[in-house]
Amino acid sequence: MNSASRRLWRTSPLTYVALVLATLLSIYPFYYMVVIATRSLDSINDVPPPFTPGGAFGDNFGRVLDNDAANFLTGLLNSVIVSSVVTLSVVITGSLAGFAFAKLRFRGRNALLLAIIVTMMIPTQLGLIPLWGMIQDLNWYGTLYAVTVPFLVSAFGVFMMRQYATQAVSDELIEAGRVDGASTFRIYWNIVLPALRPAAAVLGLLTFMETWNSFLWPYAVLPPENPTLQVSLAFLSYAYYTDYSQVFAATAVGTIPLVVVFVLFGRQIIGGIMEGAVKS
Amino acid sequence: MSLSATTAPPSPAAPTPPPSRRHRSRSSSLTRLDLRFSPYLYIAPFFVIFGIFGLYPMLRTAWMSLHDWNLIGDHTFIGFDNYTKLVTDEYFWNATFNTFGIFLLSTVPQLLLALFLANLLNRTFLRARTLFRMAIFMPNVVSVAAVAIVFGMLFQRDFGVFNWLLGFVGVDPVDWDAERWSSWSAIASMVNWRWTGYNTLILLAGMQAIPRELYEAAALDGASQWRQFWRITLPMLTPTFVFVVILSTIGGLQLFTEPLVFANGNIIGGDQREFQTLAMYMYELGIENLNTAGYGAAVAWAMFLMIALMSLVNFLLVRRTVK
Repeated sequence: MNSASRRLWRTSPLTYVALVLATLLSIYPFYYMVVIATRSLDSINDVPPPFTPGGAFGDNFGRVLDNDAANFLTGLLNSVIVSSVVTLSVVITGSLAGFAFAKLRFRGRNALLLAIIVTMMIPTQLGLIPLWGMIQDLNWYGTLYAVTVPFLVSAFGVFMMRQYATQAVSDELIEAGRVDGASTFRIYWNIVLPALRPAAAVLGLLTFMETWNSFLWPYAVLPPENPTLQVSLAFLSYAYYTDYSQVFAATAVGTIPLVVVFVLFGRQIIGGIMEGAVKS
Repeated sequence: MSLSATTAPPSPAAPTPPPSRRHRSRSSSLTRLDLRFSPYLYIAPFFVIFGIFGLYPMLRTAWMSLHDWNLIGDHTFIGFDNYTKLVTDEYFWNATFNTFGIFLLSTVPQLLLALFLANLLNRTFLRARTLFRMAIFMPNVVSVAAVAIVFGMLFQRDFGVFNWLLGFVGVDPVDWDAERWSSWSAIASMVNWRWTGYNTLILLAGMQAIPRELYEAAALDGASQWRQFWRITLPMLTPTFVFVVILSTIGGLQLFTEPLVFANGNIIGGDQREFQTLAMYMYELGIENLNTAGYGAAVAWAMFLMIALMSLVNFLLVRRTVK
């Protein structure tokens, strides 16, 4: 690299100052959440506000568990169930359909793929009111079916898997499978799925996070007695808004698992998001 | 040694020996069925579930909006009455005004900041690159409900951190959820915090696709970094930027959870509807109040039309200015 381009791509100290500042702003609310969650109730109203963690987390979280109106543990368990089922289903149906669109020939393929891309643009809130009515008609109100079944498939999932399968699965390998007499499903299972694993992992992580974090729909169809975690948090904060330590202890417990997952797999998640951005 | 040698298809010179005749005819009809129908089988789950729970409700929204409909199921056809009612509905315009206000307060600073950060992260000799990327993206991992709860407390009037900081510059404590401008700012700050990092990454991905040689040539010609940013980065980034703007528009006009939790679950958004958004108004009409589902459906379609229109305007506008 010549000296002109070296000068061009150098990194000045100001760059680091700006990035460290952005990092602190990004991290601070997490830190603040931990501070309040570990503080005793009466120290929260201090002026200046507390800036260091305390030792009252056990006590605060104990109040969450004792709080019969919050149904926090039910919410936690429900969120684990719903997020796992949805994630598994989105990855399987997405990879099956993605494989078909990328590697199989059939009539109407392009039109159907276009239909999927178009549906990605339509905001889901458009169907919210009739969907709410349908859930009533199905007698699913208040059950986990209501928050699981409509999300078992994802247009984004199909599209992402199709993009990945197009380049990651070689036609030769599929042909070789055919010559050996393997059925299409066997080819999917033994050749395609292993090749799709990196993309499937990212899709799974994104789907899990999105489902874990979703609020509007669970809020609309689940009562406070059988909530998901986010619904439980919301009701906790509405009803017990003076007991911030309790609310923050619950919020921290609901948030930290995802933060841990992100710290472990952040590189892949970010890679997946950036790759998706360039292709679309 | 190249790996492709082992995975190349068998050459026509060495065909595989044909299987016995009987075996072939039975298995080949099965194979034909398999080849013909399995693609449809594999895409069916998506289309069936999406058809029932995605497409059908969307179309039904249009049908409902032409009726005086309650969610118990009673309905009478009234044509476009719901839409004409919308035109003179004070609350509808209030919600539209709030939605666009919060949308501007969140989208504009967010995208400018994302552009700035992406440009910083795009430096070749940057250390701890992955660390910065992860830190900036981290807010996106938290649920909106949790963000609203944490920011709700930061914006608390009596002992919140923001009012405490404002005290240093001699500003009296602000009652954040009592006024339009202050509640809008508080809600916009939640959106900005959660989405700036995400947009930064998307823009960064776009920047990295720009050929390095362009910059090197410009540097040899003596163009400053600032000039290169305007003349090379921005124009080359246009498609990504349009994508990001449209994504923000779709999200921004559907804003629901932040204002709802900020209002402690009050669907009208503040005592005077200071920060009720369109999505909240739709929810109020269609789900909280069972008797006005048809009218709520009309609001849903109005929202959709606004999103479509805004996306189109953004598309044209960004195209023109960045060129």
